[in-house]
Amino acid sequence: MTFVNWFKRRLVVIAGLLTLAYLLLPNVVVTVFSFNNPKGRFNYTWQEFSTEAWKDPCGVSGLCASLSLSLQLALWATLGATLLGTMIAFALVRYRFRARGAVNSLIFLPMAMPEVVMAASLLTLFLNMGAQLGFWTILIAHIMFCLSFVVVAVKARVMSMDPRLEQAAQDLYAGPFQTFVRVTLPIAAPGIAAGALLAFALSFDDFIITNFNAGSTVTFPMFVWGSAQRGTPVQVNVIGTAMFVIAVLLVLVSMVIGNRRNRQKA
Amino acid sequence: MATVTEAPPLAPAPETKPPRTPRKRGRWTPYLLLLPGLLWLFVFFALPVIYQASTSVQTGSLEEGYEVTWHFATYWDALSDYWPQFVRSVLYAASATVLCLLLGYPLAYLIAFRAGRWRNLIMILVIAPFFTSFLIRTLAWKTILADGGPVVDALNTLHVLDVTAWLGWTAGDRVLATPLAVVCGLTYNFLPFMILPLYTSLERIDPRLHEAANDLYARPSTTFRRVTFPLSMPGVVSGTLLTFIPASGDYINSDLLGSTDTRMVGNVIQSQFLRILDYPTAAALSFILMAAILVIVTLYIRKSGTEDLV
Amino acid sequence: MKTTKDTTTAGHGGGDVRLTGIGKTYGSFTAVHPLDLTVPQGSFFALLGASGCGKTTTLRMIAGLEEPTSGTVHLGDQDVTALPPYKRPVNTVFQSYALFPHLDIFENVAFGLRRRGIKSVKKQVEEMLELVQLGEQARKKPHQLSGGQQQRVAVARALINHPKVLLLDEPLGALDLKLRRQMQLELKRIQTEVGITFVHVTHDQEEAMTMADTVAVMNAGRVEQLGSPTDLYENPRTTFVANFLGTSNFIEAEVDTKSGDEIVLKAGGGKLVLPGARNSAPTTAGGKVLVGVRPEKISLTHADDAGEIPEGRNRITGRIAESSFIGVSTQFVVDSPVCSDFEVYVQNIDRDARLVPGAEVVLHWNPAHTFGLDAAQDIDAGVETGEEEVA
Repeated sequence: MTFVNWFKRRLVVIAGLLTLAYLLLPNVVVTVFSFNNPKGRFNYTWQEFSTEAWKDPCGVSGLCASLSLSLQLALWATLGATLLGTMIAFALVRYRFRARGAVNSLIFLPMAMPEVVMAASLLTLFLNMGAQLGFWTILIAHIMFCLSFVVVAVKARVMSMDPRLEQAAQDLYAGPFQTFVRVTLPIAAPGIAAGALLAFALSFDDFIITNFNAGSTVTFPMFVWGSAQRGTPVQVNVIGTAMFVIAVLLVLVSMVIGNRRNRQKA
Repeated sequence: MATVTEAPPLAPAPETKPPRTPRKRGRWTPYLLLLPGLLWLFVFFALPVIYQASTSVQTGSLEEGYEVTWHFATYWDALSDYWPQFVRSVLYAASATVLCLLLGYPLAYLIAFRAGRWRNLIMILVIAPFFTSFLIRTLAWKTILADGGPVVDALNTLHVLDVTAWLGWTAGDRVLATPLAVVCGLTYNFLPFMILPLYTSLERIDPRLHEAANDLYARPSTTFRRVTFPLSMPGVVSGTLLTFIPASGDYINSDLLGSTDTRMVGNVIQSQFLRILDYPTAAALSFILMAAILVIVTLYIRKSGTEDLV
Repeated sequence: MKTTKDTTTAGHGGGDVRLTGIGKTYGSFTAVHPLDLTVPQGSFFALLGASGCGKTTTLRMIAGLEEPTSGTVHLGDQDVTALPPYKRPVNTVFQSYALFPHLDIFENVAFGLRRRGIKSVKKQVEEMLELVQLGEQARKKPHQLSGGQQQRVAVARALINHPKVLLLDEPLGALDLKLRRQMQLELKRIQTEVGITFVHVTHDQEEAMTMADTVAVMNAGRVEQLGSPTDLYENPRTTFVANFLGTSNFIEAEVDTKSGDEIVLKAGGGKLVLPGARNSAPTTAGGKVLVGVRPEKISLTHADDAGEIPEGRNRITGRIAESSFIGVSTQFVVDSPVCSDFEVYVQNIDRDARLVPGAEVVLHWNPAHTFGLDAAQDIDAGVETGEEEVA
């Protein structure tokens, strides 16, 4: 009886932790198999422990080139989408203008559409224009689908911002430019950063849209896709594991720094 | 002495608050801010959709070129050839969405109300897998669900596979290359998109509401049904949309974890476009998918009464 | 206080705020009807009114945060109507303070100085923080301070710029009652110390009366009446002012005779006397006048003792409907043929045990405390409905 009660009270916690395990299981597998020494081309069954792949992560031709291409693309796409998206978000929150409804739906629709539809229609356009598929077409596509997400993230932040803060800055002798740089931007920064981070993650990990519009250019997800058909090198797991670890460490470090700064100030 | 002179009072002005209008200066500013981004979206999102609509009613061939002939039969042919894939897409996506909700809700609830000082860590663990390419993670499911692997063995021993095979979700003593594997992959891939909006709306709920409900004789289950769940509806709506929409157009899970019997409409569009190069059929399929999604989303949003998603 | 008294002669330049025909409309809605208003240098001036009466809009037009639809704003001899806020020698203490959340207290206070290109701000900022007793908190972020402390930072941030005028937009609205009382005195002290003109917007009549030398009561985009707090309270010229500042009782009466500076009126069966100087209504014989009297000016005598009431006092009869004992006084609501719900506050000096609900009583007061208003207005205008301005 006490066990049943104990179980009942912790049902949510247990169910939640099981879901968390479900979410993390593949990462565990990816990590474990980065130390595998597979026989044959595929890395799906465990053979023996090896650190070969970790010693030479770029040992597979094309892998690191695709990784660096993906990073570059993600960087530029983030920059473009964040700039354009932030401008739109400010306009939406701060100004009145005509055709607001149309503008809102143009921003909402890319998020309410399966990627494959956007990918296919963009390809139709590029084919019709006779555009050369490659870096630029991928970049254009990435900026396009990241844009809406940046708008949403920044808009939420700007909307919760007290308009009196900017008025206070103006009242205290800051001109429009000074007001923007000294007050608006720093306060909107967390929203812009969140939008940029989202754009980076979306662009870096995008496969479907890239698949359609890349031509023969190979990004990291495309490399993984190709290798899934021909045989996956262990190095793919190494890169995946490394990125997971780096991401967690970066977040933890930034949190520790943030905590310490808060404690010092208090 | 201070002075005041003014007209005698007339009828009182309406009791409305003056609208907060931005300053008159810079009437063109909003348009200048909107222009580059909207132009981008128009040229690379709206225009392609129109192009695609036109492509779908063209006839011709790659060699001789295409022209618009208002050949609507393409739609009919596409539907009659590929309706099983359409049905499958909707079924798989709907199953994955329901599973995501069932799995994601307890975790979102845990993070919002029960995690205490572990909250940030769990959040990081939910988001961090994003940084390992989702293709790599999906491939990991091939290992997890491998024939003769521990998972499949366990399911076999417990006779779960017999039940699922009878339901048509699996075939024989395999999980890979079956609908179950595809739905499992879809669920896994879009689970974070369910958890994050759920968490956001749960986190906004004042914990004192739980206490108030308990104080007013609601047992925990009633509290959940009458207070927590209704208040988390915005999260449920956006979570289900964020899961269903991408899942319905996905072709990666079916390709990596499924077989030819689990092909979804995304697979068809992809192969028509990139391998068979039958552009009109591909465009028609894509257009039908888009229209179907828009109809479903609109109905769903109407029904759930949540309009402010953006 | 002395700075205030010395400079109350208008038009001698310096830091007067002069609004000429200033008005503001939003589409078809008139927030502020064109009005003229002069705030003399060094005074503590309050704009008092309910939410949506145009007081904040008026303040924002002085600050330059709102462009007037008509009229001009002068600071001393300078026309600042066309100047943007960041070029006006005027600073504002915003409602809910608008402290910059990303800057610490020191940088918040230094903001204005830095924007004007002043390099060495340390000494000034420290002195200013001392003035508002926040020297210790300089390196904290705004959210780490209490409401009262934040309020003082907002005042310091504005005052450090030595503005010609300090504008305060509901500066105490977010504080609890006790703290508000304390800050009222604090602000008054600071104003006396620095001698800068303060223009204070509030919906709290007690706050306005405690702090300001001059109060302008605003209603529906117009200034209803302007004067010192005592003047407004004792001689309200409209029912709105009479009701918005404290409580007033009104009796509808008819002009009977006029003799010298006394007007005799008929109400119910009896006669009431009204000093001509305290009447703002037209007094043609037979015309209607609203006779007003404040509840604390009235004495209550049991009907049995009616004979003891001295001659020459205005009197009406009635029956006690309710009474509530609140310590320093007892508040009665009296039902009278000439006015239902007549309010009477009686000091608790000698409590008459017979004054309980149902008792027949005579209400009487010195005619000098009577004021007369034009009967052609809403008796209930400005009666507080308990709404607090939040936004």
